[in-house]
Amino acid sequence: MHRVVIDGAAQAMCCPGCAAVAQAIVTAGHTAYYRNRTEVAERREPLPEEINDLFERPSLRDAYVHQCGDGTADSELLIEGITCAACVWLLERQVASLPGVTGVSVNYATHRLQVRWNVRRTNLSAILQAIRDIGYVPHPYNVNNDHALALAARRRQLRRLAIAGLLGMQVMTLSVALYAGAWYGMEAQFRTFFRWVSLFLATPIVLYAAQPFFAAAWRDVKRGAPGMDVPVALGIGLAFLASVRATFNDAGEVYFDSVAMFTFFLLAARYLEFSVRRGALDAVDRLIAASPETALRWHDDGRLERVPALELLAGDVVLLRPGDTVPADGLVVDGQGSIDESLLTGESAPVHKGPGDTLVAGSTSAGNPLRMRVQQCGDHTQLSAIVRLTDRAQREKPRSVEVADRVAVWFVGTVLLLTALAGSYWFSRGEPAWLDIVLALLVVSCPCALSLATPSAITATLNRLLSANILVTRSSSLETLARATHFVFDKTGTLTNTRPALAELKVAAATPPHECRVVAAALEAHSTHPIAQALRDGYEHVAAAVDVAAEPHGLSGVVHGTRFWLGNARYVAGHTGNRPEISPASDESGSVAYLSNAEHVLAVFVFHDRLREHARDVVADLGKRNRQVRLLTGDNRVAAQRVAGKLGIDHVAWELTPQDKLTQVQQLQAHGAIVAMVGDGVNDAPVLAQSQVSIAMGGGAGLAAAQADVVLLGDRLPDLRTAFDAARNTRRVVVQNLSWAVVYNLLAIPAAALGYVPPWLAAIGMSLSSLLVVGNAYRLRFTRF
Amino acid sequence: MEVLYLLIPIALVLVAVVVAVLCWAVRSGQFDDLVGPAHRILMDEDDEPADDSCNRTRDLGA
Repeated sequence: MHRVVIDGAAQAMCCPGCAAVAQAIVTAGHTAYYRNRTEVAERREPLPEEINDLFERPSLRDAYVHQCGDGTADSELLIEGITCAACVWLLERQVASLPGVTGVSVNYATHRLQVRWNVRRTNLSAILQAIRDIGYVPHPYNVNNDHALALAARRRQLRRLAIAGLLGMQVMTLSVALYAGAWYGMEAQFRTFFRWVSLFLATPIVLYAAQPFFAAAWRDVKRGAPGMDVPVALGIGLAFLASVRATFNDAGEVYFDSVAMFTFFLLAARYLEFSVRRGALDAVDRLIAASPETALRWHDDGRLERVPALELLAGDVVLLRPGDTVPADGLVVDGQGSIDESLLTGESAPVHKGPGDTLVAGSTSAGNPLRMRVQQCGDHTQLSAIVRLTDRAQREKPRSVEVADRVAVWFVGTVLLLTALAGSYWFSRGEPAWLDIVLALLVVSCPCALSLATPSAITATLNRLLSANILVTRSSSLETLARATHFVFDKTGTLTNTRPALAELKVAAATPPHECRVVAAALEAHSTHPIAQALRDGYEHVAAAVDVAAEPHGLSGVVHGTRFWLGNARYVAGHTGNRPEISPASDESGSVAYLSNAEHVLAVFVFHDRLREHARDVVADLGKRNRQVRLLTGDNRVAAQRVAGKLGIDHVAWELTPQDKLTQVQQLQAHGAIVAMVGDGVNDAPVLAQSQVSIAMGGGAGLAAAQADVVLLGDRLPDLRTAFDAARNTRRVVVQNLSWAVVYNLLAIPAAALGYVPPWLAAIGMSLSSLLVVGNAYRLRFTRF
Repeated sequence: MEVLYLLIPIALVLVAVVVAVLCWAVRSGQFDDLVGPAHRILMDEDDEPADDSCNRTRDLGA
């Protein structure tokens, strides 16, 4: 066990990493951090005993446990609370030590735990309990097919890439010998031998590794819309067939090296793109797994029973304790409490709910316990509806056709037509080398440069952006982002922080402001309301309040022997009879709280949404680049206009539902706008899907991030500008690359058609052209932001 | 130079072995988690995991 001496007492640490950090803090003389810090351990409510057997109920067992048939079962759990590699080690140790567990492994990257056990000796509930015992929260995870399919696809791609690379290296070695031999001369028997070995090595590359290109090309041809895969497949296929023919006849040129190199580069680009997209899939999984699996059902006789959320029916009464997630849509039966709906509505402050108010699945209870009556559950909740709306918008999303693909259709047709014409011309002239000319034409025009032009530039940018904590989930969105004409922002969580900040403190005469803040912080010490956090900032643990009584619109308590009331004007007036004699100096937007003692009102606090850092610069910079900036928000007019005014945004719309936002974006699009939407909440998900490019803040809801084309993982607004500039750079490089490819082909194809280009020169020309394009794209990796 | 007729087949056999090992590694999931193993080597397997040690991290970890 690792121990660190903090303030004279040895404290246990879980891992060398944490111990090293703690030791560093102590050694640097910052021990005060441990005395003063406010976020003490995440304490989890001990779960009631009855949850233990819950996962043995058929409804949950069928959803989460996979029976293997040989007396064992396996399951996948998403683990909350994994912070370092030591956690992985600890989890594996703990679970493996259970009797009956036959296999366990934790994936550190995805926070997934896979476990297999003997059904006669243990069960899922025991495993879950063992994990909870050491302080983690396991979410049984419905192993959906998407995830399994993605894993299989990744492994297949990796195998293809590896085979193309390994065999390709051998082919290259032999090619160097062959090229040298062609120059300095070599014995014919070795030349033949080398060619046969190359053929032997290149065959798996073409038949296995390059198979996805052929499959995609065939799909394109059947659809009648030849995309980039058609020339790629043609290039690989024809170069390979021509080489096979040359090997069998022992005459003409072989292009095995080009085939191998081409396949490997293209596979590498696709593999990188796929890996990046998989990260986004995981985000959705996490959201689904984080919705509650169980709920506390209240029986008429007052008995509480923990049941699977799947088994809830309309009409059931459920008890929500503070911190619980609402398992279904419904109405409050009794109790008063605040509900955090920010995930669904983007509303920054928790909403106060009393009997008769509606509750939405996915929101969290922040205040007092509540009882609710279930109205809609399962697939009928609003959360599910939003997910479906997003799905639909995603499918209807205007697909941006890549420049390269548009060129490819034209290019492929032209090259094939030209080859046919040139071939039949030379054939009718009785030219014996007519097939060489046809091949030279096909190889020299092999669209390597053309098909590498876009993916190489995009891959370079994707990697560069990822190292700057910007995740691009769809490669085509970079091009669209560069062309975006309108940037539409959501307010809460995007331009402003989700937590309000204290904007103004005005005190009555003879009351020191410091004193008021100390009292307010003490009163709010245990409240989860966002405003409470703002009041506590910087004043934690200065004083303590006793006898605190919380009500919907305020609270009271005794600090230093005096009773104080803190709340809105009505609350304060209702309890003390004091009318506020001071009023906030600034406009009436934002929330206001009054602090009063029994005699008179002492102070007034005004809270505003805090603008994100650099929000103003980013908006101004977008304007400088001739992009129109709009603000669409569900918040009220005053708040919307205040933020828009501060940031210099002219186009503002307020009090919008997710459907309204969708309509607004559709209207913009109807007028030809290319819309880039920047948002964060689940309520933004539909509009994010509708816009041509969607950008999500990394700190926002998982669902929004999962649907977005671009995720700013660092949760910093200036990254938007970085992504936009990078997209424009990429577009410039793509245009340069495509122009080069076109110029090269315009020069080389006529020359080849006229019979001036021998196939070996064609192969060199093709390779050099590709290298130039890749080299140009490579510059993007070194862009400074 | 006739030795090439021996050396190249040997090279081919080696490549076949490497490809086979790689396919086995991919199938057995060696490439599924590329982050964890790098951290895992830092763990001292001889240390007994104390039951409450990780809860303490949340208390004291930076």
